[in-house]
Amino acid sequence: MGGLRMSDQQTSAQSVTLEHVSKSFGNGAPTVRDVNLTIQGGEFFTLLGPSGCGKTTTLRMIAGFYYPTTGRILFGDRDVTYMPPNDRNIGMVFQNYALFPHMTVFENVAFGLRVRKVPRDEMKRRVSEALKLVRLEGMEHRRIDQLSGGQQQRVALARALVIRPALLLLDEPLSNLDAKLRDETRTEIRRIQTESSITAVYVTHDQAEAMAISDRIAVMEGGVVHQVGTPQEIYHRPATRFVATFIGKSNLLEGKLTEVDGAAGLVELAGTGHIRVDLGRRNPQVPTAVGSRVVLTVRPEGIQVLAQPDGPNVLTGRVVAAEFTGAYTEYLVQAGETTFVASSADRYGEVRRPGDPIHLHIPPERVYLVE
Amino acid sequence: MVAAKWNDRWQRITASPYFVYVIVAPLALVLWGYVVQPMLATFLASVQDASGFTLKYYKGFFNLSSTQMEALLTTVGISVASVITCAIVGVSMAVLLNRFEFPGRRLLESLILVPMALPPLIGIYAFQFLYSSSGIVPRAIKLLFDLPQVPFALKGLTGVLVVHTFTMYPYFYTSAAAALAGFDPSLEEAAYNLGARRWQVWTRVLLPMLTPALVAGSLLTFMVSMASYTAPLIFGVDRIMTMQIAIARTNGDLALASAEATVLSVVSIAFLILMRWYQNRRTYRSLSKGVSVHRTEVKSPAGKILAMVASLIGTLILILPVLVLVLVSFSKDGTWTVQVLPPKYTLDNYVTLFTSSRAWRPIRNSLAMSALATVASILLGVAAAYALNRFKFKGKSLLDIAVMIPWALPGTVVAINLIAAFNQPSVFTLGKVVVGTFWILPLAYFVRFSPLVFRSTNATLAQMDPSVEEAARSLGATWWYSFRRVTFPLMFRGVLAGALMAFVQGVGEFVASVLIYTARNQPISVEINNLMYSFKFGTAAAYGVLQMLLILIAIYVSNRLEQRQNFA
Repeated sequence: MGGLRMSDQQTSAQSVTLEHVSKSFGNGAPTVRDVNLTIQGGEFFTLLGPSGCGKTTTLRMIAGFYYPTTGRILFGDRDVTYMPPNDRNIGMVFQNYALFPHMTVFENVAFGLRVRKVPRDEMKRRVSEALKLVRLEGMEHRRIDQLSGGQQQRVALARALVIRPALLLLDEPLSNLDAKLRDETRTEIRRIQTESSITAVYVTHDQAEAMAISDRIAVMEGGVVHQVGTPQEIYHRPATRFVATFIGKSNLLEGKLTEVDGAAGLVELAGTGHIRVDLGRRNPQVPTAVGSRVVLTVRPEGIQVLAQPDGPNVLTGRVVAAEFTGAYTEYLVQAGETTFVASSADRYGEVRRPGDPIHLHIPPERVYLVE
Repeated sequence: MVAAKWNDRWQRITASPYFVYVIVAPLALVLWGYVVQPMLATFLASVQDASGFTLKYYKGFFNLSSTQMEALLTTVGISVASVITCAIVGVSMAVLLNRFEFPGRRLLESLILVPMALPPLIGIYAFQFLYSSSGIVPRAIKLLFDLPQVPFALKGLTGVLVVHTFTMYPYFYTSAAAALAGFDPSLEEAAYNLGARRWQVWTRVLLPMLTPALVAGSLLTFMVSMASYTAPLIFGVDRIMTMQIAIARTNGDLALASAEATVLSVVSIAFLILMRWYQNRRTYRSLSKGVSVHRTEVKSPAGKILAMVASLIGTLILILPVLVLVLVSFSKDGTWTVQVLPPKYTLDNYVTLFTSSRAWRPIRNSLAMSALATVASILLGVAAAYALNRFKFKGKSLLDIAVMIPWALPGTVVAINLIAAFNQPSVFTLGKVVVGTFWILPLAYFVRFSPLVFRSTNATLAQMDPSVEEAARSLGATWWYSFRRVTFPLMFRGVLAGALMAFVQGVGEFVASVLIYTARNQPISVEINNLMYSFKFGTAAAYGVLQMLLILIAIYVSNRLEQRQNFA
């Protein structure tokens, strides 16, 4: 693989820090509120959240298209809060690619080099290296409208990388591709980022995409960062109800803490029963005093379906609906006043039908207390 | 060293959040100086007489039997009538040509927009050549059937209405045809599928969806009718606002002309605002693609013959004004009196145009003045379109309206405004009086036609993805570099199309010119008018054919530009 190796880099991988960054437009409510993030050099960092959560606004502040209303943005230890976008040395891939329609592939990729007055020979060499990196050799003289969506996407990536940016920003780059191409391109982006060992900030609303590609994820909603962590941390130890439900499926159980003994607690789910929990597995913000209202999360695959009701933390209910998906069966269960979703690995055609009784075991090590 | 320093400073300026005002301030100044302040000057002139403040010039408007009131009512009446006739002609043509298949459809469709290629002044004289009491058609019928006198003649208000219908139905045709072409056929299919009958589909589904196009067409037609001056002039209808303004101005009563101009401005601007408001509302767009609109084929033999005859008549009506202009342009001046057709033909009219320096002068004047105005229009139009599309700033909606005001103002009013503002030295004319000099006409053309450049540039910019510019910026380009290398090349087609229209309109301009031209800058259209008054029909028509060729070239070029607009 040719292209942009570490030795080729002008700047080593850049870290990015956001300190108390807020942004309001006009006199309205802030779109982004007091965001604090530290993105390590070389890291693949994702801003994840539903539309309108402020993730794109945050990205555009890093790019310099918006200036924060308050707060600071640092590249390394350099304050870039109010630096114009053309001085930041950032490569950006836009949602709709934003390729220059009046230029060829070569001219598009060469644009940033031309602006930097890179000598002609070097420019040619670097453009063809970049095109090789994104596997578009020989397409130099195509017009943009002669390319497929996936090819346009890769031209945009080459154009962003050829300037050897300190930072690569990607704003929902896969949302205009069809499902199959999306998976391929996702892998490709990750490969290129690793090979060029560049810091990447990625914006998406697709949690599966975020989980698959990222080193770390910041989950945002309503302009606020709910949680920052590795995909595993975010999946297994969600900080808030929002994170628990936005990332994958989750059962949210509201109850009251009735007993506390060291790290062991007992939670009463009104009208359903009692569940033992491990108070070490909680968001530190959750109170542990007896009588506090708490919210438990447990993933459908964390709940075990038992043949017999034995041992603690077993609740008995009735199957409301069953969906067989091949690898597992997903049950909708009514137990007392609570509705659960539980998925059970398929065991050779063993099926429960709506109305059948069912026993659910909720292991304490699969339960997490959220804020 | 100095350049680098300047470069650095410029970069800091363009990066500043106040940079927008570096662009907006000159724009606001130009619009204030040449559009808004002249309007205010007209208003001030209308409320002053020798003894100070007065409302006497407005009194006439409150008296039902006064000339002004009569003129206002007639103008509104003829405009409403024009809207109705144009709607009937334009929409039925759009429906026929877009929804039916019949013999002669292609021919008719290719000629349907010919009225737009007709030069504004001589085009209306063509109607006189054809249909007035001494016109070709009535005389030919009289001769053919040996009648004692001509069976009909186009004159007065009827004449104005017919000319308005002919020249303005394209506003309805183009908007209705675009709406019909954009329909989602599956909506119609859904209606049939739900059991609707054909007439129910039309009244419940198709017509309601045409409403936005009809309203847009009506407002535009009404506005252009209110501003119409040439048709009333040629058909001798005095009691029309624009005519009254011109008469008052010719009589030297600038205060009365100003009062009338102010009233007409208020009506026009109200309509402009109404139009902008309406355009910002939701329009109906089709969502699905694939199935194309189905045309109903006319199958019965009787229907086919009827359709063929009707398209033939339609084609004739459309093409006759053009043909008659070409024919008359070859006729010998002063020989066509009582005959059906001009009796003597010659090439002299054209030869004179290109050899006599006296005959060439109006052409040179018009080309030069229009070119000057076009250059200025490009500067204003591009800067305004860019600022309004890309920046947020205080007073944005005011600027938006101010740019489009001259488009809504009748040419007559623009002329009065310029007289009122610039018959004394002004900072905007470098301390000189420009009324009565060469520069007054380029200025008038600039004011009247810069909205054309603005609109067409604005349309291309609005389609353009702003992130393209951001991509250039993030790749390290300065604001100026990305404007030059990315934004401008992408909006170039829009600029060029608008500039061409502005140039062509400038070359044909009559309405404002006739009130403010001088011996030194007499334009083509004024020359044509003078020639017509001295019965030199041949030479006048030759000038007209020249204008028509120019318009056709411009239309051809801008159509090519639009077709090649596969990006942006």
